[in-house]
Amino acid sequence: MTNSGTEKKRSLSVICSKGSFDMAYPGLILANAARMAGVDARLFFTFWGLDIVNEKKIDHLHLNLVGNPSAPIPAMIAGLPGVEALATAQMRKEMDRLEIPPIREFIEMLDDAGADLYGCQMALDMFKLTKDDLVPQVKDVLTAMDFMDMSEGAQIIFV
Amino acid sequence: MSVAVQTDAEGYLSNKDDWSEELANELAKDLGVELGDAHWQVLNAARAIESESGSSPGLRKISKRSETPIKAIYKLFPDGPAKLIAKIAGIPKPKSCL
Repeated sequence: MTNSGTEKKRSLSVICSKGSFDMAYPGLILANAARMAGVDARLFFTFWGLDIVNEKKIDHLHLNLVGNPSAPIPAMIAGLPGVEALATAQMRKEMDRLEIPPIREFIEMLDDAGADLYGCQMALDMFKLTKDDLVPQVKDVLTAMDFMDMSEGAQIIFV
Repeated sequence: MSVAVQTDAEGYLSNKDDWSEELANELAKDLGVELGDAHWQVLNAARAIESESGSSPGLRKISKRSETPIKAIYKLFPDGPAKLIAKIAGIPKPKSCL
């Protein structure tokens, strides 16, 4: 039912710390599910997770096969040039079939759904980036402490 | 005020045949939504997809079918559009994550 005045509204904080194609989706999907169910959602992109909202990288995220025990092919082959790109292309096709949107469209969808997106200050400094390097849906750049303050009472998911 | 109709523990209609436009209006009122034409466009799309595919759609499919942007759907059904739409349209809880 709807949230009444006395009931505290649920809220979710998702920390996205990985920038591979396959690890970008879980955080985005969870935040989107939260919004669809009427739960407030915010995402914090830190370290490699920053790639997910980096204007130059968002459309070129790569599947991680080497060092991934779930990879469907042997690590020796996975490491050969072009293999990860091929696997990524294949996964993109499969996701398209399931109507899972590409990352950029997903980020737009989250923004439209009212989720708040934040970049990590320290990660930006480390990669010598500024907020202008990020997609426009990123609302602000924060320190981890700012994000913690914002997440008071929220459930936190680290991806 | 509550509508006298059988729902499950989460508030989804138990029997699809109980649904009518009048009931939808009542259910919507109970959920804090006043239905207008734009709402109906969304609800009808959700019902159409469900009856064709047999599975309750997520927002992305509803958005495409009803030609209503995601952002507008959140304005029409604030506070959990996927759940609200399914409850008011008298279809099961969506099986989709998108």
